Amino acid sequence: MAMSLDDLRKLREAKKTDLRKREAEGKEMQVIVGMGTCGIAAGAKQTLDAFIKGLEAHNLVDSTLVRQTGCMGLCHSEPTVEVVVPGMPTVIYGKVDEKVVNEIIQKHLIGKELLSGYILDKPAADILGAK
Amino acid sequence: MAYKHYILVCGGTACESNKGAELFNRLNAEAEKQGVKDQVQIVKTGCFGFCERGPIVKVLPEDSFYVSVKPEDAQEIIAEQIIKGREVKRLLYSDDETAVKKDILAVEDIPFYQKQFRVVLRNCGAINPENIDEYIAREGYAGLERVLFEWNQEQLIEEVKKSGLRGRGGAGFPTWLKWDLARKAVGDVKYVICNADEGDPGAYMDRSTIEGDPHSVIEGMITAGKAIGSNQGYVYIRAEYPLAIERLKIAIDQAREYGLLGKNILNSGFDFDIEIRLGAGAFVCGEETALLTSVEGARGEPRPRPPYPALKGLFGKPTVLNNVETYANIPQIILNGAEWLSSIGTERSKGTKVFALGGKIKNTGLVEVPMGTTLREIVEEIGGGIPNGKRFKAAQTGGPSGGCIPAKHFDIQIDYDNLTAIGSMMGSGGLIVMDEDNCMVDIAKYFLDFTVDESCGKCTPCRVGTKRMYEILERITNGNGKPEDIGKLEELGYYIKENALCGLGQSAPNPVLSTLKYFKDEYEAHINDKKCPAGQCKALLNYEILQDKCKRCSVCVRVCPTGAIEGTVKNPHYIHTEKCIKCGACKEKCKFGAIVVR
Repeated sequence: MAMSLDDLRKLREAKKTDLRKREAEGKEMQVIVGMGTCGIAAGAKQTLDAFIKGLEAHNLVDSTLVRQTGCMGLCHSEPTVEVVVPGMPTVIYGKVDEKVVNEIIQKHLIGKELLSGYILDKPAADILGAK
Repeated sequence: MAYKHYILVCGGTACESNKGAELFNRLNAEAEKQGVKDQVQIVKTGCFGFCERGPIVKVLPEDSFYVSVKPEDAQEIIAEQIIKGREVKRLLYSDDETAVKKDILAVEDIPFYQKQFRVVLRNCGAINPENIDEYIAREGYAGLERVLFEWNQEQLIEEVKKSGLRGRGGAGFPTWLKWDLARKAVGDVKYVICNADEGDPGAYMDRSTIEGDPHSVIEGMITAGKAIGSNQGYVYIRAEYPLAIERLKIAIDQAREYGLLGKNILNSGFDFDIEIRLGAGAFVCGEETALLTSVEGARGEPRPRPPYPALKGLFGKPTVLNNVETYANIPQIILNGAEWLSSIGTERSKGTKVFALGGKIKNTGLVEVPMGTTLREIVEEIGGGIPNGKRFKAAQTGGPSGGCIPAKHFDIQIDYDNLTAIGSMMGSGGLIVMDEDNCMVDIAKYFLDFTVDESCGKCTPCRVGTKRMYEILERITNGNGKPEDIGKLEELGYYIKENALCGLGQSAPNPVLSTLKYFKDEYEAHINDKKCPAGQCKALLNYEILQDKCKRCSVCVRVCPTGAIEGTVKNPHYIHTEKCIKCGACKEKCKFGAIVVR
């Protein structure tokens, strides 16, 4: 398949998103999904999938890093998700299913507004201090 | 498919030979076995540069930097990090040499990477070199828009001129000038050639660049082709680089398939294609005229210049011949602009230089630094200093064509002109560090031995001259040196430099002349006192037993393979030097430190 200049440009844009997902550099916002046994049992894998798809759909791949972590100790409210946005308090959301994921993306990441209904906690002092 | 993790495994030759390939297969097998094949993408990349601690594995997006990873660790990485999202802490890089066990460092905090600035190696360790899409995603072939559609030949060459790029093969000839000469030269056919015949002992920058980012070289060559009006390129690479050749072939095929090589590239009307020519591994074929002769299919021997290849090169046609690293710089210049490159580096040397760091240094590996970085920064900060608390004695740059930089120039800013001024040269980028245990006469002899072997034999100054110099050095290290030898070496050296036909011969005496300049006392010690101050030249060493420390246990008597030690238990021991073969077995076995070398 011989490409034209336009094809090359399109291919670059398409592939860039793929590659940007790998990188941490220059990404200011973070979504950290608790993937302990408790989290996975409560559906954290679906939550993670929903974030990856949702961020791509909203063109947030370049600015948001999706990470996984172990159990946050809030097993009663799994799946739990920590959201870090510069200039906003870092919060942990509980019982995050796919519906909540979409709300987090639209209200918190895009709208810069906390979702008071789902806030469970803020990270422990030592975790906050380490950042 | 949406991946949640990405595992980058170093696929450079150093890591591959250290079970990196097996590790890659095991990771894939484990991902399959543990049922997460669709959640993790495992990518084999080019060299991370940190070869000392290889094989290197990087897991994204967490940015976990794992060192010295073994195939057996694959199971744990998949089970812990991919499934449970926990880093495998024991594999993370840590600076364990320092007395205080520091906390595990983030990638950007690793001292090895802090002072580096990656232009040529930007994609090495970041993309899969066997997948053109990943190169394209990192702005690959983006410069071609300007090259093929917006700029004419003069504008292209002007941009390269403004960037200040000089040839990275060693001599530092301005790249734009070569291109401009070839552009103006009259010829129905013109050629673009990439010199990937990297032959310096211990140097592997070009190999790693091709292994890790082959498309950057291809893009650079297409640009050169457009600039001079050539439709055919050749990459001359030594057959001893199988992995680099393999990846280059894949890259060329993929570029052809996408229409980035071949007829009518991107419908621009410009044709350019690249073929690979394998070299048989003769050092002289790195010299440009010998390389051209070899590409033509004849025996690799140099010819006099002028005419320069830019006017009469391959098959007598105008030819641009640049080094791998030079071409790899080009796409970045086109993309980011000449000012960007010229803002990096020193007054007369712009951009960065890749060095293969080796010898007596903690972090052996591949580093890229801005021109003007001091030798001290490279050795102490990036290289992690010299192991076992030894003292820095000298650094050798430029391999068999270069010279030594002694400790008094430790703070020299490395660029083309500064190195030439102190009698060394940039060379292609080998940087070998030596400590107090290295004998400089021995080092000079080693490099000269190499050139004697590799001299093609066409011209007498090189063929006979280097041989004579080698004989003198051998005499000196054997303890038969004469006081007039130093003068003879200098005279012969300057004579060869002036009269040899090609670069190989003209630079062959450099290791001798530069060590003579900075370490004359060592030569004198060998000749006058018959001593080797560094304790390397066997013929000049004598093993002796210190009677006051000797406990008369007779261990040394029993361990000596030639029966050179006389003595029985409770009676004094002596070494008969005429029988001693200086193997050092006695010194190693003696528990009381009673055996010394003088």
